[in-house]
Amino acid sequence: MSPRTLYDKIWDAHVVRVDEHGTALLYIDHQLVHEVTSPQAFEGLRLAGRKPRRPQATLAVPDHNVPTSDRHLGIVDPVSRVQVETLIANCREFGVQLFDMDDLRQGIVHVVGPEQGFTQPGMTIVCGDSHTSTHGAFGALSFGVGTSEVEHVLATQCLTQKKSKSMLVRVDGVLGAGVTAKDIVLAIIGEIGTAGGTGHVIEYAGDAIEALSMEGRMTVCNMAIEAGARAGLIGIDQKTIEYLRGRPLAPPDGNGRDDFERAAKYWLSLNSDPGAEYDRVVQLDAASIRPQVTWGTSPEMVAPVDAKVPDPAEIADPVKAGSYRHALAYMGLEPGATIKQIALDKVFIGSCTNGRIEDLRAAAEVAKGQRVAGSIKQALVVPGSGLVKEQAEAEGLDQIFIAAGFEWRDPGCSMCLAMNADRLEPGERCASTSNRNFEGRQGQGGRTHLVSPAMAAAAAIHGHFVDVREL
Amino acid sequence: MPMQPFENFTSVVVPLDRANVDTDAIIPKQFLKSIQRTGFGPYLFDEWRYHDHGEPGMDCSNRPLNPDFVLNDPRYQGAKILLARQNFGCGSSREHAPWALADYGFRVLIAPSFADIFHQNATKNGILPVVLDEALVDELFALAGGDTPLTMAVDLHNLKLSPEGRASIEINIDPFHHHCLIHGLDDIALTLEHADAITAYEQRRATETPWLFA
Ligand code: SF4
Repeated sequence: MSPRTLYDKIWDAHVVRVDEHGTALLYIDHQLVHEVTSPQAFEGLRLAGRKPRRPQATLAVPDHNVPTSDRHLGIVDPVSRVQVETLIANCREFGVQLFDMDDLRQGIVHVVGPEQGFTQPGMTIVCGDSHTSTHGAFGALSFGVGTSEVEHVLATQCLTQKKSKSMLVRVDGVLGAGVTAKDIVLAIIGEIGTAGGTGHVIEYAGDAIEALSMEGRMTVCNMAIEAGARAGLIGIDQKTIEYLRGRPLAPPDGNGRDDFERAAKYWLSLNSDPGAEYDRVVQLDAASIRPQVTWGTSPEMVAPVDAKVPDPAEIADPVKAGSYRHALAYMGLEPGATIKQIALDKVFIGSCTNGRIEDLRAAAEVAKGQRVAGSIKQALVVPGSGLVKEQAEAEGLDQIFIAAGFEWRDPGCSMCLAMNADRLEPGERCASTSNRNFEGRQGQGGRTHLVSPAMAAAAAIHGHFVDVREL
Repeated sequence: MPMQPFENFTSVVVPLDRANVDTDAIIPKQFLKSIQRTGFGPYLFDEWRYHDHGEPGMDCSNRPLNPDFVLNDPRYQGAKILLARQNFGCGSSREHAPWALADYGFRVLIAPSFADIFHQNATKNGILPVVLDEALVDELFALAGGDTPLTMAVDLHNLKLSPEGRASIEINIDPFHHHCLIHGLDDIALTLEHADAITAYEQRRATETPWLFA
């Protein structure tokens, strides 16, 4: 057999049948569910009198609407409350496991899946959420689907799919101090654009990717969707295996069971073969990546922290120049402005991109012994899950943040998309560790700059962007 | 959910001249709290369309319209065809975006490229996304942006778009999508016809990778 990629191998292992048009029926091993994109799917099952094919292959957790403070009071917004209650009722009716709001394991669906070992290499995983690409860090083919497909997978455990093209993004060399996984992925998006990966599954490889922790790899795969890709993937190695060993939903290890060792052996066999071919190859040099800051309303509008905001007058392509002009007007920035002089109103550290323990450690290291600048109206730290929160508290990170003037919250999506009470007011400017800087994403009229956790913490301390390499 | 079979029609074309229109712009997050599939049309492009802040359940008939937004231009009322720029529908996987477009009345979207998940979601809701090359899209923008709006006939059965005053354009579409759109098929029912194949697959995988079926 000719050399195959990781994507080829996972795909081949999941094809149930192929129809006369070349469309595959692809088996889906696991599905994650949250409250926003599932109510209509469960309702669809009910209307058609259908049942989930394998309810145990689905795990549900509310995250988008949940409050991040005073949780014992429940959800105040009645519409949000109905959505979460609907999820709970649906899971009960259809026999799906759920981590409710008061469960320590509750958190953002893409933090919870890996943390529980529900995410495993070689699997196909879907969720009604575009950032499902996160799970690709484990060498699982995972992608976001719409609500109709959530229902389709519940009912059939399959999806009809056409195979995507493949793209290899190699990042070789060693990252500079203060440069993180977030900066790698923002630099990649800056390079290939938000439509650069459309129709492709991206496999990330190279020394700089191998050197990342599992948390860092999740950050890189999380934003594959911001590059337009169907999914992101990273090969399986000893780090992947050790991360999963002993997790509650991972294959059992010890007690006379060899499931885990068998699984690990299988997982390692899935890595791309030497000489496997990709439809497109992109290469970046890790050493040349600087801390990144987005300045516009699309993640591709990004620049290194020591650069300036571009001037649309210097852009040849009229469509691009027009969208730059529009973005700068929305962001309230002058062409050619110095990024380090951009002053901020709020800071948000959290989300499925950067809400894991390592992210909180990086932010705490910058915040330690410092004070949030007086000009910052609010600086939020929102752990990605209850278990991340517990771990951070055991390490004393909460005390560092609180002493510095940050608010220490309960887990959820929070200000990443502002479906709960955490949001920007019109015109407010935020340094955010999330993944989308779209217009209105963090609140109508809000202005978002995407950065790494260390960069966000430093911006909170100084009131404007600073280069973490200079601290 | 079964959808309505796609019927041929003729309509004016609304030109939305922006690249990377994301699903947050198509339907802002506050409307995602609904647990229904319908009723999103009045809130389509809410932040661009109205001057005030929209909330679910609001009566939109008295809200202040943004006269500069193309959907509010009287020439384009009742349009079923939306012309857009590259990477339309990027961002979140929310199917509320095609629900809102369909509820408003759009049946055809034309752009140089669509985001993958959005493309998939659109076809599941009886909307036809048509990918045309950049130059052709530019030409249609020039025609649609003139004083007289551009009218176009859509013939999905014969895979043809016929803009008024221009030679017709061939539609390239995945044969499976074409089949589902024309017949308005319930694709879960189609998959369930292969229940035996799915069971056989599960049995085989349960021996090869037993930990997945423990
Ligand atoms: S943290 Fe943000 S991007 Fe991630 S799942 Fe929640 S809303 Fe989506």
